[in-house]
This record gives sequence, C-alpha cells and structure tokens, in this order.
Amino acid sequence: MKKIIVENLKYRYPLSNELALKGISFEVDKGEFIGIVGKNLSGKSTLCQALVGLVPHFYKGAYGGSVIVDGLEVLKSEISELSQKVGIVFQNPFTQVTGSKLTVYEEIAFGLENMGISREEMRERIDNSLKLLDIYKFRDRNPFDLSGGQMQRMAIASIIAMKPEIIVLDEPTSQLDPQGSEEVFKAIQNLSKEGMTVIMVEHKMEKIAKYSDRVMLLNDGEIVDYDIPEKIFSRGDLDDYGVTAPVFTKICVGLGVKNKITGLYPITIDEAYDLVVSYNE
Amino acid sequence: MNKIEVINLHFSYGNSEEILKGINLTFDSRSTAIIGQNGAGKTTFVKLLKGLLKPNSGEVVINGINTKQSTVAGLAKYIGLVFQNPNDQIFKNKVMDEVIFGPLNIGQTLEKAKENSIKALKTVGLYEKIDQNPYDLSLSERKLISIASIVAMDTEIIIFDEPTIAQDYYGKEKIKSIIKDLRAKGKLILTITHDMDFVAETFERTLVFAKGNVLLDGTTREVYSHKEELEHAYLEAPNVTQLCQMLGVKETFLTVEEFIDYKKNYKDKL
Repeated sequence: MKKIIVENLKYRYPLSNELALKGISFEVDKGEFIGIVGKNLSGKSTLCQALVGLVPHFYKGAYGGSVIVDGLEVLKSEISELSQKVGIVFQNPFTQVTGSKLTVYEEIAFGLENMGISREEMRERIDNSLKLLDIYKFRDRNPFDLSGGQMQRMAIASIIAMKPEIIVLDEPTSQLDPQGSEEVFKAIQNLSKEGMTVIMVEHKMEKIAKYSDRVMLLNDGEIVDYDIPEKIFSRGDLDDYGVTAPVFTKICVGLGVKNKITGLYPITIDEAYDLVVSYNE
Repeated sequence: MNKIEVINLHFSYGNSEEILKGINLTFDSRSTAIIGQNGAGKTTFVKLLKGLLKPNSGEVVINGINTKQSTVAGLAKYIGLVFQNPNDQIFKNKVMDEVIFGPLNIGQTLEKAKENSIKALKTVGLYEKIDQNPYDLSLSERKLISIASIVAMDTEIIIFDEPTIAQDYYGKEKIKSIIKDLRAKGKLILTITHDMDFVAETFERTLVFAKGNVLLDGTTREVYSHKEELEHAYLEAPNVTQLCQMLGVKETFLTVEEFIDYKKNYKDKL
C-alpha cells in the first residue's frame, strides 16, 4: 500500500525567485524506512515540511503538483487533519518545544491533548515514549533545563507519543552521543517494522546505510536517485552532489574490493569486514 | 604559559545534583576535543570557562585571570564561545551587523572590526549573504554565522559547542579547515562534539567527560584505543577504528586514508 504519493511537486518560498523543489515525484510504501541525503540547501528540509503540510499552509509561497499522505491531499487538507496522520520532528529541537509547558511530561502531553486522547491513554502513551527515548527520569524537569541531547530526545518522544502513521525526522540525532544515536535509530527502526512509515533526513551516512530500506538523493531541488542504499552509495559521482559514502564504503573503494555477486561496494561494517578479511588472500 | 587552568572545579545548578565533580585540567596550545555522553557536563564546563557560570568551588583561570574576579565582558577579549544553538546567539537582523557586534564590543576599531568580519564571513562562505536577515537563512547557515561572529573577535581561545550540527559533508570539511587554520595561528581551540570521525580527523588531544569527571585524557589516537572505557562513557570509536578493532589490527587508525595505506603496504610486503 502506498503511504505517500508525491507527483511533480514544485514549491517556491515567498520573496524568493528560485524554486526550492523543482518537480519531485516519488512513492513510499507503508512501513518503509526512507533516508533522505543531499547537501545543505538541496531541499531536504523543505520536502519534509511539504509532507506534513507546513509547506504550503504555514509558509505560503507558490505551489504546484500534489502530495498525498495516507490518502489525504496536503494542499486541500487542514494542518489539524494532517497532524493526525503525519508527525514531524524538527531539525532544531529548541524550535519544536512549545514553551507553554513547565515539565517534560506535560510537553509530551501537548500533542495528545490537542488530539483529544483520553486521560488514561495519554498517561500510558507518555510513559511509553519517555521510556523508549530513555528520558523517564527527566519527566518532572523544565524542558528548557534539559541539555541539547536530552531536548532532542524529548522532541522525538513527543511525536512518537502521537502514534502517527508516518513520521518525518529532520536530523533527529544531531545532538546525541554515539550510543544514544544508535539507540534512537534502533527504536525508530522498530517502529518502522511495526508499520510506521519513516522519512528521515540525515548526514550520518553510516546510519542511513545501515537502517534505510531506500535512500533518496536530492540535489538542487530535484531527485537525483531513489534506490536501495547499496546502489546509491556505490555511485561514483556522489562528490558532485556534496554527499560522501559511508566510511566502510570508502575503505572498500580505496582497496578496490566489491561484493562479487552484486558488483556493488559494501555499505556496513559487517560487509566491509568480510571483504577486507579476504583482501590479503 | 597554559592558557586555561582548571583547579578542583565543582559545579551544580542551584541545589540539584552536582554536574562537575572536581575537574583538574590545563590546556596548552593543542587543539582539543571534548566528548562524552549527553548530560555529562560538557556544555556546563565550557560555560564555566567562558565565565557565564561561576564555580561553586575551585578555580578557573583564563590567561592568568581568575573568572571569579572578572566579568564576562572582561573575559570576552580572551575567550570566545560559539553556542550550541545558533538561535540563542543570533539577535541582529542583518548578517554583517551580527558578525561585527562582538569585534566592536571588545574594542576593535571600526576598520579592524569590518576587516575581521568580512574575512570571517568569507571563510565560512557567507560573504554573499552579508545583507540578509539571519532568520531567513537555514539552520546550517545560521550555525556558520555564529561561528564567523566569534572568529571575527580574534580571541586567543575559541570554543565551539557542537559546530557540525546541521552541516553536510562540505560544511564539515570547511569547519575542519577553519579549526586547523586557527590552530596554526597559535590559538587554543576547544570543541564539544558527538562526531567521532570528525574528532579523529581534526584534533590533537581528546578529553572524555563522564558523569562530571574526566575519564580519559590523551592524544586522540591514544584515547580511541580504549574501547571499553569509551563504551562505558556511551561513546564509540570512529568508524574506521571500529573496523580495525573488528579485524584485530593492533594499531589504532584514525582516518580512511591511513588504513588504506596500511592495507596496501601490508599486501605489498607479502
């Protein structure tokens, strides 16, 4: 089942002369984990905003083509309607915090209150997402007394609690320590296995390679490629798009070792290990 | 002379749990990365260096000045801090006004301040956007503005709090070369980051903070050879180092190039 259908999406911000998105088309299946990569200003964050309706409803501007999320056409739907289907974790967690709540617990409750979830269910969902993101111990803290990384965890938890069909995450682990970042990726992968559709913008290529089902390479408002990570990261022209392959791929490119069956370079540490071990034989 | 001395530093916010539990450190001219779990006290530590917070007990001495005996304004000539969140730092509605604010306020002449600001904006690649409003720019660009604002102040000590947030490959390479250039000019650079590969490629010395203490302190290569301690501190080695450890290679490699050279030479010798 197609969860997201984007057809020839074009968008220009108000007061700008250039299109930020120049005719983008793609589809996403239910439960897929899609990684979006590309250099800064390639349109990644704008595309995220277009999936949740902030483009064009909040930002205004010029809009063409169509975005359909879980059967709703974004242009013709209210943000309040869309927010029941699709949630977004902002690039900057500080921007996402409501500023109207005094504790982490209440902050997570904000979205649920607005959706009209019953009190008992709210409690259960809040506890679950606080535990999933390992911030249960901070539940009584003021959101602005959290460290950057803790606030980022809270930002993710507050969207997960809303149980959207589709979750869009814009660099959700940029301020997390390495193990914390790995835990969050695992948690999101689990949600995707349970059927939540995941769209994630990320510069950590090793993580995208490991966790994505498919990767979208954006450049200058257009899709360059949309394929399985092995194929994307085996491209010889990634440099032209300001993207770099995972470290493990770069090592194997440097040593000239490929997977003999697929003819592609490895993208994860385990695959690279197997090939580098046989390199000296 | 050591540019920063930290002696038995203790700190807590109000009456809550102690964040820093007796830190003793000196900083020489080596570029230094500060890594550690979220909430380990890294940002609090650099705010103490900058004088934004004052120790509960212990001393922080910057260029011979004890932060307890100085104001933030008094220290600003010697030590600059690029905030983690650029939105906390930026407040002007023109990029140039934002960048020149610091230099003018620490007493640079208008001419000098202009020169430094333009140079810094060229370095981060935002000279063309000098008349734009920072809030119309992307998060990655705002982060670069916050970096330029501090670089333009030309202080002896510069601290970056997670400079690579929101940066793509080129952005990271740019920040790496800015740090190396500043180091070459003799400035002391401290950087908080969670990007282990970036640390491996950029910094001479690495400190690992864990639960308010310094767990490891040494050359970056040495620190990344301590697999177990790193895991204990919620960290991991750089990707290339992890692969080497998996392969059972005894040396600690920090960059892709180092490892490829080693493998090729090793094969040639066979």
